[in-house]
Amino acid sequence: MDINEKDYLVGKATDIRALALKMFKEIGKGHVGGAMSISDLLAVLYFKRLNIRPEEPRWADRDRVVLSKGHAGPALYAALALRGFFPVEECLTLNQPGTNLPSHCDMNRTIGIDMTAGSLAQGFSASVGIALACRLDKRDSKVYAIIGDGESQEGQIWEAAMYAGNQKLSNLIAFCDNNGMQIDGTTNEINSIEPIADKWTAFKWNVITCCGHDVEAIDAAIAAAHTETERPTMIILNTVKGKGANFCEGTVASHSTTVNQEQLDSALAALGRN
Amino acid sequence: MKIELDSKEMRAVYTEGLIQLAKNDDRIVLCESDLMGANGTKNFKKEFPERTFDVGIAEANMIGVAAGLAAGGKIPFANSFTPFATRRCLDQVTISCAYANLPVKIGGTDPGICAQLNGGTHMSVEDVALMRAIPNMTVFEPVDAEQMRQAIPQIAYNGKPTYIRIHRTAANTVFGPDYRFELGKADVLRDGTDTVIFCTGIMVIRALEAAEMLAAEGISAAVVNIHTVKPLDEKTVLEYAAKTRAVVTAENHSIVGALGGAVAEVLSEKCPTVMRRVGIKDRFGEVGKLSYLEKVMGMTPADIAAAAKEAVAAKA
Repeated sequence: MDINEKDYLVGKATDIRALALKMFKEIGKGHVGGAMSISDLLAVLYFKRLNIRPEEPRWADRDRVVLSKGHAGPALYAALALRGFFPVEECLTLNQPGTNLPSHCDMNRTIGIDMTAGSLAQGFSASVGIALACRLDKRDSKVYAIIGDGESQEGQIWEAAMYAGNQKLSNLIAFCDNNGMQIDGTTNEINSIEPIADKWTAFKWNVITCCGHDVEAIDAAIAAAHTETERPTMIILNTVKGKGANFCEGTVASHSTTVNQEQLDSALAALGRN
Repeated sequence: MKIELDSKEMRAVYTEGLIQLAKNDDRIVLCESDLMGANGTKNFKKEFPERTFDVGIAEANMIGVAAGLAAGGKIPFANSFTPFATRRCLDQVTISCAYANLPVKIGGTDPGICAQLNGGTHMSVEDVALMRAIPNMTVFEPVDAEQMRQAIPQIAYNGKPTYIRIHRTAANTVFGPDYRFELGKADVLRDGTDTVIFCTGIMVIRALEAAEMLAAEGISAAVVNIHTVKPLDEKTVLEYAAKTRAVVTAENHSIVGALGGAVAEVLSEKCPTVMRRVGIKDRFGEVGKLSYLEKVMGMTPADIAAAAKEAVAAKA
């Protein structure tokens, strides 16, 4: 990746964070932590890797994104708006009465959302189904699923993992946002998912681990996943919960927190955005 | 009355219907969770192995995968025994299928006392109540082979998540070749003026028998098959309630929350009517053959007739 592209993607990740924080501030609260931790991934997907048409959001041959950790929806809405799926101004309607942008992703409300998700692990099974449908139709589409590390405590994640591995679903590329935290504490305190890479390997997945805040590393991991023909790929992204939201970065409390004007101003200043 | 069995098992009719559709429509796919033998769907796999997804013993994942297939443009039929196709994966059915409003068709086999020797763990007394409470969901329970045959294409193309409650073995023949099925439209099988029996599934033949018993005692009983419990054909329910003023419901399910509940809800708001509910009386199941279970649960033709007589007496 050349320096210009890297700067461009880093800039997009910052834009996603800034916009998501503005959305949270507008309604006063939200799932800040898990939205911030996937912003770099969303920048790489929406501004480099995805084969999509914002002007034709249901294009049959598009790549699909399933945000199984659906509570991070606001970051995805920011990415979709910045990529041109709907006006950026609409983002500020997050969770306002009658909005098309609810806390958790809803395919019937939001343009560009490929699957409804929010009840944890369900989106991951659906991503397996979508990948099977794409394979059946002999489409080149890739299906990108995003799960959380805490979400990986759900049994359904492993039901879906086992089936996708056995089905050799190489058109499925999943990311685990490994920010180490969940609502009640750190994942290690509550119910550790380690050794996570070994688990996915044991379920017959191609496993890649990288820094989830390094756009170059994320992009390289996706490029490697594209060369895999026999297995689905799990890219474990080591991340910091709340990354870039300086008022809550690295805290368990960032999962769902209030955002006021002062906090927003401080975070935007640190991000170099206004 | 003369009772004849259909020449084919209901599960075979179901599978043949799916195969027929799948021959002309490559969107039709099958999802299973290690019960293809019991559900009778192996012939589909023989014809369309690439369109068959047996996820193993993992019902939550089966429903999620089915929802994903639907999001990918397919029309999946996902099957298990009734309790495992509904309560076992209720959140997946609710969110991934119904909230997402994806056209996943969920086939539950061996409803209620049809689970027989599998007993209480496998005997769903609550599946229709659960499915009926979910927004966007259509709930259908066929009576016989002819009705099932005609229902399958309508269900496949209704664009909605739909629950199909399938009695696995051969049913008693109720409908002839002239029958014309319409999803959501009740079928009047016998007209009557003193009482009406709204019935579904395996209880239809028992209701018809009860009507004969009542006729012998000078009571004119209408028998109306409510094959689609949701959306309920309120017009027909209200018409027969107003006409007879004595309503009986008969279903192979708990009397809480399914056909009896649905009819009671409509009548209490729009046409308060004397009513009796025949079905499983808010208890769990147990092992036994159908002939034993229908007696112990109070679901025989004589039980229906007795409920009808009570209703008729109460309206006076």
